[in-house]
Amino acid sequence: MTGHLRAFSAFLYDFVIGDDWLVAAGVAIGLAATYLLAHAAHVTAWWLVPVLLVALLPISLWRGVRGS
Amino acid sequence: MGAGALFVAVFLACAVEAVEATTIVLAAGTARDWRSANSGMFAALVVLAVITVALGPAVSALPIQALRLFVGALLLVFGLQWLRKAILRASGHKALHDEDAIYQAQVRAAQSEPAHRAGLVPDIYGFTLSFKGVLLEGLEVVFIALTFGGNAHQIPLAALAAGCAVAVVALAGVALRAPLARVPENTMKFAVGVMLTAFGTFWGAEGVGARWPGSDSALLVIVPAIALFALALVALLRRTPARSAGAAARVVAEVR
Repeated sequence: MTGHLRAFSAFLYDFVIGDDWLVAAGVAIGLAATYLLAHAAHVTAWWLVPVLLVALLPISLWRGVRGS
Repeated sequence: MGAGALFVAVFLACAVEAVEATTIVLAAGTARDWRSANSGMFAALVVLAVITVALGPAVSALPIQALRLFVGALLLVFGLQWLRKAILRASGHKALHDEDAIYQAQVRAAQSEPAHRAGLVPDIYGFTLSFKGVLLEGLEVVFIALTFGGNAHQIPLAALAAGCAVAVVALAGVALRAPLARVPENTMKFAVGVMLTAFGTFWGAEGVGARWPGSDSALLVIVPAIALFALALVALLRRTPARSAGAAARVVAEVR
C-alpha cells in the first residue's frame, strides 16, 4: 500500500511539477501576485503573467543547461 | 477563441501523446504478443472512456472563473515544461526525442521478461505494458480535450480534434507496424509548448481577475510573441556550449 502511494505521489509530482520545481512555484507566485494586483490594488494586471514568463523561462533554461 | 485555433491546438497536443502511446503498443505487440498488447490497449481505452464520461459533465458544470484559473495554471506549468524541454532539445542541450530509439529500448526490455498467462490474457506483461502506456498518454489527451474544450465552451469540437489525432496516428501505426519515427515530433512538441504556454498565460491571468486588452483577440499577439521569444532563446542557447564533455557525449549517444 505504501509502495503504491509512493509511486502515485511520484507520478503526480512528475506529471504536475516536472523537471524543474521552480516553474510551478513561479507560476503559483505570479498568479497570486496578479490576483492581488487586480483585486486588492485595483491595478490593470494582465501584463504580470507575460513578464513572469519572460523572466522564468530563461532562468529555468539556465538551470537546465547548468545541470547538463 | 476561434474554433480553428482550438482544433489545431488540441489536435497537435493529442497527436504527440498518441505517437508515444502507439510506440509503446507496437513495442509490446512486436516483442511480446499482439493479442495481449491489443487487449491492454482496448482495456485502457475503456477506462479512459469511463473517465471522460465522468469528468466531462463535471468540467462543464464548474464556474468559468474557477475553471480558467485551474486550467490556466496547469496549462502554464505544462506549457513551460514542454517549451523548456523543446528549447533545450532544439539548442543541443538535451537529446532529441527519438521514437526509433525509444521503441528499440522498449522492445529490449520487453523481450527480457518471461511470459505469464493470466485468465484470457496470454501474456500479462505485454497486456500491462500496453495498458499503462495507453492509459497514461490517454489521460493527457483527455485532460487536454476537456480543459481546452471546457474553457472555450466547445467540448464537442475539442473531443473531435482529439479523436481525429488519435485516429490518424493509430491508423498510421497499424499501416506501418513500425515506430512513427518520421513524425516531426520535436517540432510538434515545440509548437504544442508554445500553444499550451500561450493559452495558460491567457486563461491563468483571466482566472485571477485580469482583463486582457482586446479580450480573446489578445491570443493573436500572445501566441506569436511566445513563439518568437522561444526561438530567440534557442538561438541564444545554441551559442552556449554544453557544460561538460560528458553531457555532450550523452546527448550524441542518446540521439543515436
